[in-house]
Parts: sequence; structure tokens; C-alpha cells
Amino acid sequence: MKKVLFRPSKLKIFLLLFSLLTLPQFYAQDNEPEVEDGPKTIEAVPDADPVKGKELFNSLCAACHKPYRKAVGPALHGITERRDLDWIQKWTINSRELIDSGDSQAVAIYEEYNRQAMPAFPQLSNEDVNDIVAYVEQPKPEPSGGKKDDSEDREIAGGGGVSTDVILGILAFVFLMLLVILFLVNKTLRRFAEANNVELYKKKEKSKPIWVAFAENQFLVLVSVVVVLLMVAYGGYGYLMQVGVDQGYEPIQPIHYSHKIHAGENEIECKYCHSSARKSKHSGIPSLNVCMNCHKQINEVAEETGNDEYSKEFYDNEIQKLYEATGWDPDTQSYTGETKPVKWVRIHNLPDYAYFNHAQHVTVGQIECQTCHGPVEEMEILYQYSPLTMGWCINCHRETEVKMADNPYYEKIHEELSKKYGVDKLTAAEMGGLECGKCHY
Amino acid sequence: MNEENLNQDMSSEKKYWKSAEQLKENSPIVDALEQNEFVEHIPTDEFLGDKENLESSKTSRRDFLKYVGFSTAAASLAACEGPVIKSIPYVVQPERLVPGVSDYYATTIADGFDFGSLLVKTREGRPIKIESNKEATSMTAGKPRVHASVLSLYDINRLQNPMIDGKQSTWSAFNKEVKEKLDKTDKKIVLLTQTFASPSTDRLIQEFSEKFENVEHVVYDSVSETAVLDAFEQKYGIRALPNYDLSNAESIVGIGADFLGDWLGGGFDGAYSKSRVPQDGKMSKHFQFEANMTLSGANSDERFATKPSEQKHVLVEIYNQIVGRAASTNLSEKHQAAVKKAVKSLKKGGKNAVVLCGIDDVNAQLMALAINEALGSELTNLSNPRMIRQGDANKVSSLIKDMNSGHVGALLMCGVNPAYTLPNSDDFTTGLEKVNTVVDFALTMDETAKLSTYVGALPHYLESWGDVRLTYQDYSLVQPTIKPIFNTRNFQECLLDWTGNSKSYYDYIKSNFVESNEGVSWNATLHDGFYQSSDKFDTSDIDTSVAVSASKLLQSKAEGLELTLYTKSGLGDGQQANNPWLQEFPDPITRTSWDNYLTVSRSDADELGLTNDNVANGALNGSYANVTVGKTTLQNVPVYIQPGQAKGSVGLALGYGKKESIQEEMQVGVNAYPLYNNFNKVQEVKIEKASGTHEFACIQLHNTMMGRKDIIKETTLEIFNTKDKDYWNQTPQVSLDHQETPVDTPEVDLWNEFDRSIGHHFNLSIDLNACTGCGACVIACHSENNVPVVGKSEIRKSRDMHWLRIDRYYSSNETLAGDYDKKDNIKGLSSALSEFGELEKPSEENVEVVFQPVMCQHCNHAPCETVCPVAASAHGRQGQNHMTYNRCVGTRYCANNCPYKVRRFNWFRYNQNDEFDYHMNNDLGRMVLNPDVTVRARGVMEKCSMCIQMTQLTILEAKREGRPIKDGEFQTACSNACDNGAMVFGDINDKESVIAEKKEDDRTYYLLEYLGVKPNVFYHTKIRNTNEA
Repeated sequence: MKKVLFRPSKLKIFLLLFSLLTLPQFYAQDNEPEVEDGPKTIEAVPDADPVKGKELFNSLCAACHKPYRKAVGPALHGITERRDLDWIQKWTINSRELIDSGDSQAVAIYEEYNRQAMPAFPQLSNEDVNDIVAYVEQPKPEPSGGKKDDSEDREIAGGGGVSTDVILGILAFVFLMLLVILFLVNKTLRRFAEANNVELYKKKEKSKPIWVAFAENQFLVLVSVVVVLLMVAYGGYGYLMQVGVDQGYEPIQPIHYSHKIHAGENEIECKYCHSSARKSKHSGIPSLNVCMNCHKQINEVAEETGNDEYSKEFYDNEIQKLYEATGWDPDTQSYTGETKPVKWVRIHNLPDYAYFNHAQHVTVGQIECQTCHGPVEEMEILYQYSPLTMGWCINCHRETEVKMADNPYYEKIHEELSKKYGVDKLTAAEMGGLECGKCHY
Repeated sequence: MNEENLNQDMSSEKKYWKSAEQLKENSPIVDALEQNEFVEHIPTDEFLGDKENLESSKTSRRDFLKYVGFSTAAASLAACEGPVIKSIPYVVQPERLVPGVSDYYATTIADGFDFGSLLVKTREGRPIKIESNKEATSMTAGKPRVHASVLSLYDINRLQNPMIDGKQSTWSAFNKEVKEKLDKTDKKIVLLTQTFASPSTDRLIQEFSEKFENVEHVVYDSVSETAVLDAFEQKYGIRALPNYDLSNAESIVGIGADFLGDWLGGGFDGAYSKSRVPQDGKMSKHFQFEANMTLSGANSDERFATKPSEQKHVLVEIYNQIVGRAASTNLSEKHQAAVKKAVKSLKKGGKNAVVLCGIDDVNAQLMALAINEALGSELTNLSNPRMIRQGDANKVSSLIKDMNSGHVGALLMCGVNPAYTLPNSDDFTTGLEKVNTVVDFALTMDETAKLSTYVGALPHYLESWGDVRLTYQDYSLVQPTIKPIFNTRNFQECLLDWTGNSKSYYDYIKSNFVESNEGVSWNATLHDGFYQSSDKFDTSDIDTSVAVSASKLLQSKAEGLELTLYTKSGLGDGQQANNPWLQEFPDPITRTSWDNYLTVSRSDADELGLTNDNVANGALNGSYANVTVGKTTLQNVPVYIQPGQAKGSVGLALGYGKKESIQEEMQVGVNAYPLYNNFNKVQEVKIEKASGTHEFACIQLHNTMMGRKDIIKETTLEIFNTKDKDYWNQTPQVSLDHQETPVDTPEVDLWNEFDRSIGHHFNLSIDLNACTGCGACVIACHSENNVPVVGKSEIRKSRDMHWLRIDRYYSSNETLAGDYDKKDNIKGLSSALSEFGELEKPSEENVEVVFQPVMCQHCNHAPCETVCPVAASAHGRQGQNHMTYNRCVGTRYCANNCPYKVRRFNWFRYNQNDEFDYHMNNDLGRMVLNPDVTVRARGVMEKCSMCIQMTQLTILEAKREGRPIKDGEFQTACSNACDNGAMVFGDINDKESVIAEKKEDDRTYYLLEYLGVKPNVFYHTKIRNTNEA
């Protein structure tokens, strides 16, 4: 169990100092290595423009083809070695025609892919096809993640507020210098005094050591014992109260599923996957067939999804784990029927005696998922955001006003209760949301 | 003592001596004792182990304790780390399934003994509760056994694979071998089955008979209704049971028929209760002539304890007076008067009168049919007779003869257990050895399966497809509610296989249905679970020439004691004997669980020297008796002295004493089937006392109310109709400033009143007139609320965990009214001492019985709440008394302060504990638990929550759908299970609701109202119809 939530600030300060020393190099770094290389010219289509090809590929072909991997259709990289350009142009613009003409290569590929013909693209010109070919024939880029050394990574990670950090660093340096100067001045003065036989300190009369005096004063002893006991009790209570509170619990899951990518970058609505939250007490871990709705097509992440902490290869490998679990064979684009259900580690655990219903909060209360689960869309690895303690529940019930508008169920009760309490808005507590039996049965 | 000593005693220096030894001088023992406490050397070193090691060890006792303390603290701190919990979602989630939301399926139980349409509540694909299918046209399930049958699905002793010669096998091998054997058989093939009442199965068996020649189908009901079937067949030409609709009844006369129990398959109670609630000053009048005290007798207005032989005379006498003289009878004066009353009432009732007869004799049954015909009774629903018993006792007997003479080549059995249920099971067993191929389809490796070569593992009805023709018109479907847990297969599927039909049984049923019901939607029928055809049974060609021989009926004269065998509403015929809910379900009449026993009348018990007494902790003990019928003797049958048992008669329940494939804890009681000679439930017996005492698990130890009207208010129909409410249902008065003041005036209240007029305010109404005490609510409550099973010895210590109990009270005079009078007239100490003593004992033969379901009364001013030191018991605004288990520390103050004794303490952990090896101790059994209700831990108090999980869910659904809640939507498990309409639940703040109306009813009263605790459960005064017709 990994239980780190907030990075300790010490590390940040250390990094800051460190970055001060390496400042010149740091600024010399270039963030975009790709621009340097530029697209390569492809022998078969020397005049084509791979940049335009990429655009066309992404808008028309990417649904079924991947440059380096088989998807619904075959991988396209290396196509110029397999087929001649003329054939490629004909096939792309109207494959049906080519098949019907009895072209042996065309028929073979038609049979191989279960007689699923590729749709025709009459809007493409031969040049367009050449551009696409130029794009797919670009050599496979080397994986970019994992090459840079760690220190650089961290600098990038911590490089958000450089200017203030620099100022702080300079200030710290100034203080340090001041200290050194002070020490040196003091030392020099002392030497002078010694040389001139000036007595610096009067000899003190021998008095009782303070701890002896303290020990002899019974009142002080009593008070301090009481204080110590109270502190121990307070500390002990505090310790015991956090037993079973797993705020920040961030277990390692069998598949590295990133909510940041799904809910954050791709903005998938929470309840698309956690659909039962609308009508059930459970929000439900989505069944794997929900994942496959998208991942049948998406068998790898985009180049830019890979980041410094997790590389593209890493993510692609996680998608493979999903395929393994569902028994999906990306080569044949079919299910093998062999499934291995995923054993997720449950993060939010309420005790058995507490009843919680998602539908009540999500559908009726119209509460955002993030209210309890935190900024899930920013979590690379999901952790428990809220303490899930009873005090936390109760607080919310005290403060949250019930959304009664346009719900005929509440009409009568709202009218009566607002008359009783003399308020227009009612909290969950006023509706009886603090009663023991509402959650414990 | 010598002189010296005496002298010393007299001196001031007294010397006391401890033993005679001390008087001897220089006794070595005395010296030794002065030095050392023990004379003999105590081998402590041996006891502690190696002396040298012990001495060389540096660990002193103190150190040891330190280590223990430290390691305990360390272990407990380490244990604070939470466990890692895994969640495994579906790979492919079924489309309509939402985890956490219950789905309901309509299906039908048809296990040969219990039949009924029902709804099954499933969660994440596992059935967790049975409910009545209230929309069904007939036999909505109401029995405790049916509600409990969901637990039998999760029985760990079920057969998991087909077996060949006692070894596990596969279905392909099983079917192949059986088919080969059937092909080779040149002798007779006999199918011995339960009553399926299934049109598809009948057709399959027909096809099977066509394929294999020489096939005979014998239907065997373990508890036979052959006499009724024969009589009905003779008269109406169809092998069926008469069907009665008692909802409009004005006069009901029961003769030995427990129609509120299992008579003719039961299920008459819902309609009966309708007729029992006084409306417009009218209710039905019910006479009951019976030997054993049954539910029907307990609910009757007038019950006459009548021996079985006298019952025949009563029937003939009624026949004489209504139809025409048949034979002269010999009745006691008392019974003559009773018959006169009954006949008068029947005649007055006319078309709304009925005679229900349970005598196992064709002539008796024909006479009953004739009486009803002569009355012009419209309560007998002749156009829609019941098809749920098809058994023929004579055929079973001749089958056993055939088997013994070696005429049977193959015997295929399904759903029967003749080795256990046949009276002559020994003949069956020897006959079985002469049958070449024995195939048995069973749920467990029961007595018969043990003797069979081929044993097919049957699926539970909740895992199978099927169709049932409950009555002539009512067709009902069985559908699976869970994927088969084990490698099981239906008998019908195997029949299809053997006959070479490649269809699945599902397709077979469907095509059969579509064929015979043109234009009826299969999907709609499957959704509803039932279909009623308009094709009524044609009664025009009644055979009027059927001769009734009353003299033949009266021929046999009984001498000595007469035994009536019966089935309990718990175990029934014993199929579900391995079901802990049913074993612990207290019999409604005797309130005893985990046993069957010989019920004996007080006077017979005294004569035979049989006793019942209560031991120091209150638990009930009883004598043993040996029961002999013909040549069969049952040894050591426990004896229960039953008020209301007819003198000269005894009773004993079937279905107990089963041993095979039954957990040891549940192998209780004695098997009474060996006494069931000729499938007649009445037998002549000899009884003698045996040595020893039996320990009963009886949960009600005080059987009378001692004239206290505050518990059950009762009055007669006449008073109810003529007198003011205050006369028969007065609000209790308490003394305020020496003034008698009604307890409901605010001034007498100790508590402040809260405003409960906003939102929902739940109340539960219990109509004592409609309640028959059947106990369906008790089992429904168990299954909804995860109530644990505690076992016989704990029950004996009064540690039962039932949240809902049905108290049964006897009158100590002949009537309850007599009790009230007696108590009111007690004056002075001597009279109080003697008369209260008398009031404690129930009356012997003529006794009135009342049932009262009691659960937490959810008092608005709850005494339990004020005494809880940790506020674990608190009141909700909606009227429910909340019990917070996680707050409870188990002081039990609340239980002590509860005037109704409805709180239950968890003395132990009842789940995952080998000491309580019931369903909560194995993975399969735990599947029945309701995930919405906490399984309580040891050391906490629990009680009825008024099914707060159900009311909260109803509210949530309404909020989600954005609509107000309709009356009737709010339910509790008990009110939902009550088909009799005795329990009604709802929101009294909804002024239009039924419950609000019931609360204002004149009959409404509160249990122990004088306490002023203001319960949210109220009762309706019991009205007894004592009117002379």
C-alpha cells in the first residue's frame, strides 16, 4: 500500500536549491526534441508532404488503421515494400472496383479480413494518397520516455514558479552570507578583546541548575505532569481516531488505469462508465465490456499521452492487459472467449454497518462526483480523497441544502418544513439526515 | 475426648484442635502440616517441565508478563492496518442487471407438497427472498415453508453431480447408461414420481411410454389425499381436489380438516381471513370438530374437541340433518348440541355455507360433497378444481407388490423419497433389490438415493424451467432465477434425452404452451408467472348415482387411543428438513421448535403418567412414550401435553426424524411415517410411558394471559354490533391527581410530545381477526433481516433471535371472556392467591386460542431509548425506533426496560462460527443474506427495525423518479408476506391511506396502552362470532 498524497515540502526546497546551482543548464534545455528531426523524405514518394499526409490519415484512416500495428485493417507501415504505388492509389480511392476486377492481391486481402471491404474515398487525389503513404512510411519514432535522467525530470516537474524560487534562493544565499560575516566579525572582535585583556564576562555566582529548581518545585512538577499527560492523551486519541481512516489510500491496481487520461484529458463523463451510480447504491466498477466499447479501436495511446513518468509503451502495455482480461485478440479482431476478470483493489471502503447509496446523492441530491471523490480528473492513480468518516458525512448533511426544485416528491414536505423552520431552503439535516437509522441498519 | 482435654477446656487457655491427630503428641503429620501446607510433595517442577531449564532461564514471571503485554499491544497496533479488499466486476455485465438493485421474477413452487405462485427477489443474480405473487389468480404463496424454500437452494448437502453406483459421474455417461439399461429391459418400466401437475411433463411421460413399451406411471404423494381424489373422481369424473373460496363465507364447518394448514395443499387462509373481518356487522361463523389442536381449530369461533371416530358420527349426523337420513349415529350430548348448532348455522348460511371434511375415507368425502351440494354452496369452486395432488395410494401399494414379485425391470423415481416416507419402507427396500435398474432423481443423497444405482442430481426449483397447472384453469410457469449452482439436470431434460428429443426443456414447454393457448403471449405469461384460461371445468355431467355408504363409514369402532398424524406448518412432509429457518420456526400452536412430539390431552397424560414440567430456567421438559400401531413401535417419542386435544386422541407430526444428507444438528424428532398405515392419517395406538425426560425448545413458557385485557382485547360480535366502543374497547385510565384520566390525555404524559405531522409517519396495523397465526411473516422477517439461527440449546435458554414472534394464548376458562370475568372478580388475598394460580393454567379440552404477532412496537415514547447509556437506540422522525449496532455496547438496559420483550441480544457471533453451524457458517448459505441489512456482531442488541431499509428504498425510488408516494408502496417484510390482510403498513400522515383509516377504527387498541409509551404498532380487537345462527 502506498500512502503518499502530498509531496513533502522539504523535497521541494531541496530541489529549489539544487535548481539554483544548475540554473544555467536548465535554461539551456530544449523542450521539444521532435521538431529537431523533422519528417524524412520517403524514397517511393519523394515529392509527397508527410505533414499533410498526417492530417489526412488522422481524419480518414485512423478509425481503422494504425501505421505500425494491425487494427481493423492491416498496419500500413512498409506498404510501399509490399505493393506498388499505383495499386495503393487505386485501392484507396475505390477498393471495391479493384476487388471486382479480380486483382489477386486485392481479393486475397479481402478474404483475409473476413470480406469486409474498405470504404471508398473518391475525394482523395493520387497526390493525397501519396502524402498519406509518405506519412505512414515515416520510420517508427524511438520511444522518448525513460531516456532522460532523473534530475532533469524533477526540474521540469518543479519548474512551475521559477522566478519566485530564484528570489527565495537569492534571499537564502544573502542570509547565509550575513551569518558567515556575523560569525567572522564576532571572532575578530573576541580576538581583539583577548589581546587587550578586556574581561568579557563577569563570573556568575553559582546557582542551582534550573532542572534541580524545577524538580524541587512541586507545583511546577504537578502542572507539567498534567500537561504531559493531557498531551499524551490528545496525541493518543488523535492517533486512535485515524485508525481505519484511509484518506489518501492509493493502492497499486492490477491495471494502471489513469483517470487523468480518461476523465481529464478525454473528458469522459464519470457516469458513462460508472452508470449504476444513477440508480443503485453502488457506483459500480465498470464491467470490462464498457472499456471495450472504446478500446476495441484504441489499442495504443497517442504519442503525446506518454509522459515522463509513464511512457507510451507503459500505457500501451496496460491496454494489452485489458485485452488479456477480456480475451480480445487484436490481431484477429475477435474475442477468444477466455476471460480473466480483473481483481481491482477497492479504495473506498465503508464499514458494513454504514449504508450509503450513490443514487440518493448523485441523482436525487445532484452532487458532483468530485465533491466526495476529489479531482479525479487530475488523478493519474486514484486515491481516497475524503476521510469517509462519520463526522465528514454529518458535516455535509448539515451544510448541504436539499435540491427540492422540480421534484414533486418534495412539494408537500417542503412547504410544511419551511413553515416549521421559517426558512426557504432546507438542509439534509433538517430533512432528518442526521438520524442514526437513516444510515445504520 | 479425655479428661485432660476437658480440664484444659475449662481453663482460660483454651486449646482448639483441628483433628484427632493433633491430640497425639509428636504426630509427624501435624509437624509436617505446621511446616508445609501440603503433606505430600507437590510435583511443581514436573508440572512446569524441565527443572534445570527452568532455573537457567532468565525470563522471570514478571518478564514473561511484560513480553505478553508488549506483544499483545504490538499485535493489536499492527492489526489496525485495514485489510486489502478486492472488487471484481463482470467481464461482460448482463444487460438488465444493475449491481445493488433488486430484480424480481415471477415463478412457481411445485415440489409435490407445496404449490404456489410467487415472486423471487434477486440481487446480483442470486435469489435472496420469496414473496407472494399478489396478482396471481390462485394459490399466492403464503406459507412459511415457501418463504423458507430460498434457503434450501443454498443447502450445502445438495447433490452436486449425477452419481452412478455412489460415485460421481457425468451427465453424458449417466444418460447413456440409463438409456442402454432402459432399451434392454424387457420387464415393466415404472415411473414413480411426485405430483408434477405439469402439462409438459405429462406429455413427456406420454411420449416416453410410447417409445419404451410397458411403461407405468405411478404418482405418489408422501402425504396422501387419495380419499378426496377418489371421491371427487367418482362424483365429477376428474381426478382433482375440490377448490373452495371462503371469502364470502357465512358459515364454515370443519370436520378434521386443517384447511388453514396443509389440508388439500393449503392456501385457503387468505380468503378465510376476508370473511373473518366484521363488515357491516357481519362476519363468518366457524365451527371446528377436530382431535388435534390445529390452526383451523384455534381460529374457529367454536371448537369441539372430537376424537376421529366421533368425527365420523358428527359428519353423518350433519348429513342426516341436511341431506337425508343415512345411518343412525351415536353422539354424546355435548356433540349432539354442537351438531345442532352447526346445522342451524349451515342452513342459515345456505349458499355461503360449506362443510370441509378431512376424514381419510372415500365415503366421508362423498358425504361432504353431498352436503355442500345440498346446501347449494357456492363456496365450492367446482369449475376450477385443484390439480396439485394426483397420487394414488393403491397404485403405490401394488407397485411394491410388483417389485417384490420381480415384475419391475426399471424403476425411475423423481421427487419422491419412499424409503423414508413409505409406512412399509422395508417392503420397498427389499423390493428395490429385485428391480434391475433403479434410477432416482433427488436434490440430496437421501434415503432412497442411497439405495439407487443411478442418482440424478435435481436442480432446485429456483434454478429450473417448468410449467404447472395449479388448478383446472390456472396455468403457472417456473423460471430459473439463478444459473444452476451445481451440475444438475431436470428429470424432464433426461426424459427428452432418453426419448431422443433434441429440444431443450424450455423450448418444449414454450411450444407446448403456444400450442395449447393460441393467441396468448408467452412473454406476458412468463412476466406475470401465471395465465388463467377461460376454459372452465364442465360440471354438468355429475354422476348422481354414486352410492354413499354411511354405515360402512361408521363400521369400524375404535378402541383405545386414536392417533391423528399431521404435518406442521414448519417442516410439512419433511422435504426441507435441512432448512435451519424451518427447524427453528416455532410451531404456531405449541410454540416449540426443533422437534416433533406426541400431543396428548391432560387427562390422558395423567392416566398414563406422562408429564410436562418447567425446569429452573423455565425450559420445558417432557416424558417419553412408546407409541405402537399394529406391529410397529416408535420408541421414546417426546410427549407434549396439548390443551384442546380431544380426550382419547393423540397427535404426531410427520416429516421429522430424517437422517440421510441432513446435518447432525437437524436430525431431530422421530419419523412418524412408519405409523402411516394404508395412507390413513388416523390410526389406533397403544401408548406407554418410557423412561427419561425430553428437553424441548419451547419459546413460550407462559400460555395464558391471566385475564389481562391489556394484551389481547376480545369481544363478541353481538357486543361489537350493539354496544358503544367505550364498553368493549375502553382507553385505559390512569390516576392523575387521584382522578381517573384516560392515558392518552397530554397531562398524564411523562414525555414531551414531538410534532410528527411532517413527512412520513409509519404505522403498522395488526388485525387479530384476520391473523390466523400461520407464521409466514416470521420467516419473511428472517429472510429480509438476516436473523440468525441459534440452535436448539440456545432456544431452550430463551435466546431466540426472532424479531417477530406470534404469541399464542389459551384461555384458562372455557372462554377468554370467562378469564376476564374471573380476574375482575378477584377480591382479597386468599382469592387472589388461588385464582391467579388457576388462571395460569390453560383450560383442558374446551379452550379458546388467540394469536398475536408481536414485534418492536416502535413507541413514540420508547422506554428503551431513555435508558441507553450510549444513545444507540434513538427515535426517528418517521416513527421508527432506530437501533444503531455500531454504537451499541451491549449493556442490555434497553431489553430490561422494554415492556414488550422484543429486543434480542447477540450472545455469540452467529456467523462464521462453527458452534452455530447453520447457513451463515458456509459460503453457499451466506448467499441468502440480504446485502442491505447488517449482519450483527456479538454483543450487540438487535430488534425489529420496521424494515427501514425497505421504507428508505421506497422513498428513494420516489425521489429519483420525482413523484409522490402512493398508498400501498410502503411495505415491511411481514406486511408484504401477510396474504391474510392482517398486517397493513403505511404512512398515517397520508390521510387517504388505508393505515390512516385503520388507525381511526373503533377496534384499534395499543398493546399495554396504560403504560403510555405510544406505540406505532396497533392492534384491532379480536371479535368472536358467538351468535346463535
